[in-house]
Amino acid sequence: MKVIVNGTEVEIEVDGGTPVLWVLRDHLDMTGTKFGCGIAQCGACTVHLDGQPIRSCVTPVSEVEGREITTIEGLGAGELHPVQEAWIELSVPQCGYCQSGQIMSTVALLRARPEPTDADIDAALSANLCRCGTYPRIRKAVHRAAKMMRGEDGS
Amino acid sequence: MRPWLLLPLGLLALLASAADPASPEAPEAEPALGPATVKAALAAFADVAAVLQHPRCMNCHPAGDVPLQGDESRPHALQVTRFSPDVGLPCSTCHRETGLDQPHLPPANPHWSMPPANQVFEGRSVQQLCLQLRDPARTGGRDLAALLEHVEHDSLVLYGWSPGLGLSVPELSHEGFVARFRTWVEAGAPCGITDDTHR
Repeated sequence: MKVIVNGTEVEIEVDGGTPVLWVLRDHLDMTGTKFGCGIAQCGACTVHLDGQPIRSCVTPVSEVEGREITTIEGLGAGELHPVQEAWIELSVPQCGYCQSGQIMSTVALLRARPEPTDADIDAALSANLCRCGTYPRIRKAVHRAAKMMRGEDGS
Repeated sequence: MRPWLLLPLGLLALLASAADPASPEAPEAEPALGPATVKAALAAFADVAAVLQHPRCMNCHPAGDVPLQGDESRPHALQVTRFSPDVGLPCSTCHRETGLDQPHLPPANPHWSMPPANQVFEGRSVQQLCLQLRDPARTGGRDLAALLEHVEHDSLVLYGWSPGLGLSVPELSHEGFVARFRTWVEAGAPCGITDDTHR
């Protein structure tokens, strides 16, 4: 089966019912995408499929054959994505486990809403849980990233 | 002609028009339906309404902006609302096309989605639902023929009878649901108000 991960076509020998998450982590050794709950309730496993967010833990690889998957590793195409830059600048992560999912969801939010309100951020990220409670810093970093992506001085 | 002959003739005309939907004069040429036909249509729609208000249908047609979940019709987890897709959180994030055949997962469907806010099934009377379904402004532009097609073939409607995950299904079978919907439509979609056949 062929899948396209971060712009590279890869051939994998795997049962079609295997979750995309385990293809990434176990077959392709891309461990930036995390396993949290396994039932689409926490958001840690979020990746993009053709530019839209999906929970990779509940998506069988048969659904993504021949389609474009983007993971945290490929988000910046070799550099840091502005959302990642903002995350570093504001020291968002505490334990960090949920943060790749938070970042992938934030990128999806900023595509839909380049200038999000606090309410937009809360709504978009309500399904990404952080047990460290970094939500206030996440919100600040989303605003910061939004300004960076709009070419404004975010300081 | 004896009055009691009018009803059978009316039914024959109805059946003829149903068999030949291309007949241009069919709607206007049909004689008024007899009270027995209207009564049967109203009874059929009452059964349709019961299905529409079953959790498998109503949960995505709630009165508010929050979709409902489960047989208890509890608010959707994680503060999901009908506006979530507008901020980059489409239903398909979690409700995948085919999904995985495992317990506790979000139900899968290729076009899992909420209808517009004016297509409410929750808390409506049978008559309100009836009037709503024959108003294309509140059916996503579908006329009665399109609605019949929708309830017969749409994968999201069919999901209601095979949800898995231990969820209940409507008491009426899908075939029975479609048959009653057709009975109501072919009788002119009466809603039990004066002069209300809708063609």
